[in-house]
Amino acid sequence: MAERGAIPQVPAVRRRALRLISSFTSPLLPDDYLELVNPLWSTRELRGRIERVERESEDTVTLTIKPGWEWPGHRPGQYIRLGVEVDGIHHWRAYSLTSAPGRADGCITITPKLVHGGRVSPFLFGRVQPGTIVRLGGVEGTFTLPDPLPARLLFISAGSGITPIISMLRELDAGGELCDIVHLHCSHTAEGVAFARELSALDARHPGYRLQVRVTGEQGRLAAPELDALCPDWPEREAFLCGPPGLLEAMTERWARDGDPGRLHVERFQPDAHIGDGERGTGGAIRFCASGVDAHSDGEQPILIAGETAGAQLPYGCRMGICHSCVGRLRSGRVRDLRTGRVHGQPGELLRTCVNAPEGAVEIEL
Amino acid sequence: MSATHTDSPPTTTPPIADEADPAEGENPLARLTPEQIESLGRELDAIHDEVYADLGERDARYIRSTIALHRRLVLAARALLLGSRYRPLWLAGTAALSVAKILENMEIGHNVMHGQWDWMNDPDINSRNWDWDTASPADAWRHSHNYEHHTFTNIRGLDRDLGYEIMRIDSHQRWHPVYLLQPLYNLVLMGFFEWGVALHDLNFDAIRSGEKSKGKVIDELKAIGVKARRQVVKDYIAFPALSAALSAALPPGRSGRRRSRAARRGFRATLAADFTANIVRNVWAHSIIFCGHFPDQTYTFSQEEVADETRGGWYVRQLLGSANIDGSPLFHLLAGNLSFQVEHHLYPDMPSSRYAEIAPRVRDVCRRYGLPYNTGPLSRQLGTVHRTILRLAFPGGRPRRKPGPTSPAGARTAPGR
Repeated sequence: MAERGAIPQVPAVRRRALRLISSFTSPLLPDDYLELVNPLWSTRELRGRIERVERESEDTVTLTIKPGWEWPGHRPGQYIRLGVEVDGIHHWRAYSLTSAPGRADGCITITPKLVHGGRVSPFLFGRVQPGTIVRLGGVEGTFTLPDPLPARLLFISAGSGITPIISMLRELDAGGELCDIVHLHCSHTAEGVAFARELSALDARHPGYRLQVRVTGEQGRLAAPELDALCPDWPEREAFLCGPPGLLEAMTERWARDGDPGRLHVERFQPDAHIGDGERGTGGAIRFCASGVDAHSDGEQPILIAGETAGAQLPYGCRMGICHSCVGRLRSGRVRDLRTGRVHGQPGELLRTCVNAPEGAVEIEL
Repeated sequence: MSATHTDSPPTTTPPIADEADPAEGENPLARLTPEQIESLGRELDAIHDEVYADLGERDARYIRSTIALHRRLVLAARALLLGSRYRPLWLAGTAALSVAKILENMEIGHNVMHGQWDWMNDPDINSRNWDWDTASPADAWRHSHNYEHHTFTNIRGLDRDLGYEIMRIDSHQRWHPVYLLQPLYNLVLMGFFEWGVALHDLNFDAIRSGEKSKGKVIDELKAIGVKARRQVVKDYIAFPALSAALSAALPPGRSGRRRSRAARRGFRATLAADFTANIVRNVWAHSIIFCGHFPDQTYTFSQEEVADETRGGWYVRQLLGSANIDGSPLFHLLAGNLSFQVEHHLYPDMPSSRYAEIAPRVRDVCRRYGLPYNTGPLSRQLGTVHRTILRLAFPGGRPRRKPGPTSPAGARTAPGR
């Protein structure tokens, strides 16, 4: 089943009224008719309207989204799944919320980075227009500030890793809690720093917030040993780290060796859909999430057969790719269409398990 | 790939004996060499892949606007029917509701539940969670239609849609005195087609043979019950009551007796309108669907003929076993594009709006391989279907002469009468 947005917080009276009316609309829902007037009124899933699209840096753009129902709130550092239609096809992606919670206008913001060759980010970066309706999934993520707030903080961010951090900074700024924070931010170019003006303004306004921007294109990458010079008391600080895998690895190692790994909070962005460039027909491990069965395909065996061999009870039909009885949602990984040899698969995509084989490890929601 | 090569092929014994008729003309399938069948399969695959590579914004807009059109029509129809006790409003409302139900059933419901729009990955337009305004529960229908009928199309003894287990629609089926009544019960089936389809999905053969567990049958009956209740509540209670309430309230200032009389009339008029719309939809669906496989032009197949069938062979069987109906774009829309039954059976998962575009190419493939491309106007297709139903009510009968290979696009071969 294709992914839906989160269940919105709808007043109970309204829900009861809609249920009553549904006798008149069955098998459709009152929603189906109300959406003709305003798609934001859906009570089945939370949707939002893109209010503004603003360039944040040379390769990031901030989207201001007005949710259809009252925003349930989030903690700074968390992310949201965003459903957006590109060329007729619905895609889901996770983006850090860059807004602080509880904005007066009820809006939220995300700040996607342009990924060349991607499907969704080029659309959000260059094509999306204010007024576009998007689906809003649940708020997720544990990369959040502890309560009570530690006295001293260290933020290390690189590239689009700034996005969960900016939400934290905005929240702390609003609460007057920017007391003792060191922020090391890396960017390939000086123009590539998202929120550059806001960060400098915070730096100028709050003596307790010290920002150091590293332009890696000129100064080279931030190496773990440099920590001692840049922030000598780093082991005593509660650290929040978000950036590319190389940086995460180097820093995690450093904390493991010379610090307290418990004080290092790391956010790993979900890997993009492209998992390696495996050869054709490699096969791979299949995880059936709903039934909890693990199976393996040699690359010629379709997912359905591999699953049945491993004892999973799976829906099936024609076994030749025409009837769609066997579809399951792909959670992660890539698959190969055995009929065409084409390798495809986006998280959330519906797959016919009878004509697709895994290309590397896959997870299927069946 | 053999069509019967699945883990659990229907094990029901064919309800019909296969009485091959030596006088019967040669099936074009037998005329093609394996190489020809394979290359035909490749050509037809290529058309599918080309269309699928091109699907996008335009298609998404089409299905969304069709769905929106249906919902607006429903709103208009229901609004008109609030005043159903006035004749013109009754007529306009009933017409609008009938068209809306037809759209919902054919172009939207049938095609969405085929998975034709699953590529959009839109949770609201998706075969997995679509339900339609008919008596058939979505899951049961998807199994009996998408899987059984589309996989085993026109294979005698395997395709339960061949005569729907109650009609003798193919001369190979052994005659039984009960078929004398089939012209009569076909008329009933016409009017109550949705209920026929719902019961058909239960698969009585599988129940009798014990292949289908009692628990499953009860679950499916319950599901039909839920669908039935919802239709009854909506069409025969809720909306009539709404009309009654409005009729009683407007205009104000009448005596209690006159008000209650107006209410009764409003209730009855809307109930009649809803009932009529359901019947109109059923008759229309029955007509279009019976024209899909039962006109004289189509072939049926014995299980031996299609043993070890390849993908190309499967295509040929779909081509020979299905028939189109000629008509205008509006007609095709109301037919749910099942008037492109041939294209639909070649590509059941292709968005229906694309069938008209590929039809000339399919016809060209037929011409080059010396295969028939079955089509004809509604009157002729439907005429031959009903003639068959009448004729085969009685013992005997043989397959009608077939039209032979198609000629270049446009020119049609004379019907083989």
